[in-house]
Amino acid sequence: MSKGEFYDTGWRPNDDVHRDEDGRPHDHPGVQEDAVLGVRASRALAMHELLVEKGVINDGEVDEAISRWSERVPSNGATLVAKAWSDPEFRTRLLEHPKETVVESGFVPEHNADIIVLENTSQVQHMVVCTLCSCYPTALLGPPPDWYKSFSYRSRAVTEPRKVMSEFGLELEHDVEVRVVDSNSELRFLVIPRRPEGTEGWSEAQLATLVTRDSMIGVAAPLTPGRV
Amino acid sequence: MRAVTDAAPAFSAGDRVLVRDETPPHHHRTPWYIKARRGRVLEFIGMYLNSETRAHGGSGLPELPMYRVEFDQTDLWPDYAESPSDKLWIDLYEHWLVRAR
Amino acid sequence: MPAVHDRGGLPTDEPIDRQEHEWADWERQTQSLRTVLDQRGIMNVDELRRGIESIDPAEYESSTYFERWSASIETILVEKGVLSRAEIDERAQALRDRWGYPG
Repeated sequence: MSKGEFYDTGWRPNDDVHRDEDGRPHDHPGVQEDAVLGVRASRALAMHELLVEKGVINDGEVDEAISRWSERVPSNGATLVAKAWSDPEFRTRLLEHPKETVVESGFVPEHNADIIVLENTSQVQHMVVCTLCSCYPTALLGPPPDWYKSFSYRSRAVTEPRKVMSEFGLELEHDVEVRVVDSNSELRFLVIPRRPEGTEGWSEAQLATLVTRDSMIGVAAPLTPGRV
Repeated sequence: MRAVTDAAPAFSAGDRVLVRDETPPHHHRTPWYIKARRGRVLEFIGMYLNSETRAHGGSGLPELPMYRVEFDQTDLWPDYAESPSDKLWIDLYEHWLVRAR
Repeated sequence: MPAVHDRGGLPTDEPIDRQEHEWADWERQTQSLRTVLDQRGIMNVDELRRGIESIDPAEYESSTYFERWSASIETILVEKGVLSRAEIDERAQALRDRWGYPG
């Protein structure tokens, strides 16, 4: 996985939203040329307009909420993981008091969901899925990637987790215990992957460049020093 | 926001539990594949708003005990082919669990 | 037979497609509209899920992630009397007339 892929959460900064003279939002030029509207898209936009007109919500309120998404990126989680790899006291606190530690670190968990941090070791691999919808620690990883929300991941993660991991390039030893965590509502899970070998003496900032989003979901290993 | 409750959690770490085999018409977060399956309580994880009532306009109160429960993958999937030591973890409200041997 | 959203272990050999789609602005807007409605106490995440789970199974299977959100938000807002189906119909049609339809 390239660094670009890691940092590309699918989101664009708010000022990158393209609008024509009518204020009509459209997709990025050259990506989808025809900004035609599907039924559900048109109904979503209609509801937004009506809610603003009726004063149920304020004009600009949704745009403001959109802009806050730019603070929810996988590098948040990577910062925590790199610090946990470097600082044993922080690691213990993150594992034992995850939500408090996340908040102290300056991140804002979403709608009252609790955060749980699970650590992968040479003996145990945690891998997170939400079979019912798409529960995900967005404060730490940004919005879930499409594959996490896909029917195939939601189906297969629980029945053949090792095969799924191998599609992400991770081949586990047979004696490693796989724990698939079906994240089903009130709690969100962040995985601390195993620290790669050959990173002795690395700074937290250097370590954070190895921590991919997918490694914090538990489906992949972090990058190795040669692959940054 | 935690509601005061006198209810002590009914289960503790190590208890064997069976997930109720029910499909109520209202919203619930218990997936089909663990219903009627036996697992082990890993821990009582706290009191949480009841999403089954919150989904239908309710307040979600009183909060309910929630547990992290572990299942052997080989107990969930008869033809599980990966490793017999593999597990599935999921968090469940107390009312979905009955004590098992 | 599990409900349509209850996907764990359903038979499929489909590989995991790791390609990200380019988000349309309406999808961003729909995601954040839900957040705003929650902050204002109009619609919580459990209601969002319940609305998604009530989508006709054929539509659930064929629609995209935020199309399902759109359907659910509509279900909940209409149910609560915040908006009416008729006014959403009318406004959506006007938007589609102005902007065009998928080919």
